[in-house]
Amino acid sequence: MADMIQIKGLNKYFGDLHVLKDIDLTVKAGEKVVIIGPSGSGKSTLIRCVDYLEEPTTGEILIDGTALTKKNHLEMARKYSSMVFQSFNLYPNMTVLGNLTLAPIKLQKKSKEEATRAAVAALERGGLAHKAGEYPQNLSGGQQQRVAIARALCTKQPIILFDEPTSALDPEMVQEVLDVMVELARENITMMCVTHEMGFARLVADRVIFMDDGQILEEGTPEHFFESPQNPRCREFLAKILH
Amino acid sequence: MLEGLLDPARWAATFGAVDTFWIGFAVTLQVVIAGLLLALVLGTLLGVLSTSRSQVLRGITRVYVELFQNTPLPVQVMFMYMVGPTILASITGAPDPVRIAPFALGSLGVGLYHAAYIAEVIRTGIEAVPRGQMEAARSQGFSRPQAYRYIILPQTFKVILPPLCNQALNLVKNTSVLALVAGGDLMYRSDNFVSLYGYMQGYLVCVAMYFIICFPLAMLVQVLERRSKLRPKAKEIPGLDKLVAAGAGAAPAATDGQEA
Repeated sequence: MADMIQIKGLNKYFGDLHVLKDIDLTVKAGEKVVIIGPSGSGKSTLIRCVDYLEEPTTGEILIDGTALTKKNHLEMARKYSSMVFQSFNLYPNMTVLGNLTLAPIKLQKKSKEEATRAAVAALERGGLAHKAGEYPQNLSGGQQQRVAIARALCTKQPIILFDEPTSALDPEMVQEVLDVMVELARENITMMCVTHEMGFARLVADRVIFMDDGQILEEGTPEHFFESPQNPRCREFLAKILH
Repeated sequence: MLEGLLDPARWAATFGAVDTFWIGFAVTLQVVIAGLLLALVLGTLLGVLSTSRSQVLRGITRVYVELFQNTPLPVQVMFMYMVGPTILASITGAPDPVRIAPFALGSLGVGLYHAAYIAEVIRTGIEAVPRGQMEAARSQGFSRPQAYRYIILPQTFKVILPPLCNQALNLVKNTSVLALVAGGDLMYRSDNFVSLYGYMQGYLVCVAMYFIICFPLAMLVQVLERRSKLRPKAKEIPGLDKLVAAGAGAAPAATDGQEA
């Protein structure tokens, strides 16, 4: 498989704070990578760098062989990656349909009919086609996140990034969002997902990565990862959350 | 005093001179329109600049806003009235001080003053939009200007409309500062009438005339405030049922299917 994301010697500072320390990571096309770790470990910053929402301090990130730069990152974002956020970040001034069709129409120059057709199809996958005319604030958190995922799918990029997509949800809504993500994982899409949902990681991940203190401390298949992790800090973390 | 207030002769004299008041009213309205235009354009510009990433631009807007907000409007207008002509003369190289028409002075006075307030309204409106909105837009590949146009400013607009109308209302009242420099506005002419006849009826007419501009504006502020709190109603999407029926069971794959 071709390499879709290559992260080489990535460092990120926020002021004096060293958030990411010499990260090297390669994600193959179609691979599903789940990143776990305690809060403040740099895992969100890492995937935000992949979408260039954070600018790397040093090091580089190649997407499909092309280095992300200040100049090309918008174009690269249009072509390759979309992001699903913890707080959904749907556009409240537009309907659900408006949220899904804005980028395809304005950036990808699709016709309104074509964009609408694709949007309705994407909504249907999450069982939300009947909500197309609704405004985001009238939807539940789970519904909003499913719309956000549909929005990310509408632009048909080969990479989808999830930044703790279920952390802001009420417990009873977590599953409906995970279901959509599991469904999505069956497809040939490259997925990087920061999450605390271990069941999800076990089910869909090709590789699980544990981060702490800005470093990757452990990585491996879910079997290796959950059965026999080597790093003591990783073991400690897993013991705390898998009770 | 009460007899004077109810005296029909005084009222008759006042209404006999009502044309003067209407002329003042018209001048006030013109100053309002010109001043509001200036305040909106300059205020929006300053407001947007005050959220820019350049420290210099932010600094300039800050100085402007603090200067105009923290000095009295009458002082600003008197200053422009007294010093403006000399400054203009030295700029244009004219031999004598260049007189500024009262209309221009009034529009400029309230315009510059309220631009400072409108800048703050715009700034807080932009800052009220959560950071995640810009991030979502950037992650979809929207440039900053595109993000402002399609996503940020439409949200800002809804938040700022009520305080903006409130500024318009205050601007109307503040045009009365023109009376200080013999501006021929409603306040000035009312004042003239009262000092000429000694009938306080003149001020009552003046009050009523300001009120008929300001009261509807105050009502508008309330309506806009109420509306900005309403949850938006779902929109009817024409042809949605057909699309759903056609797409059922035949949803296309999420990606263009890069080869594994």
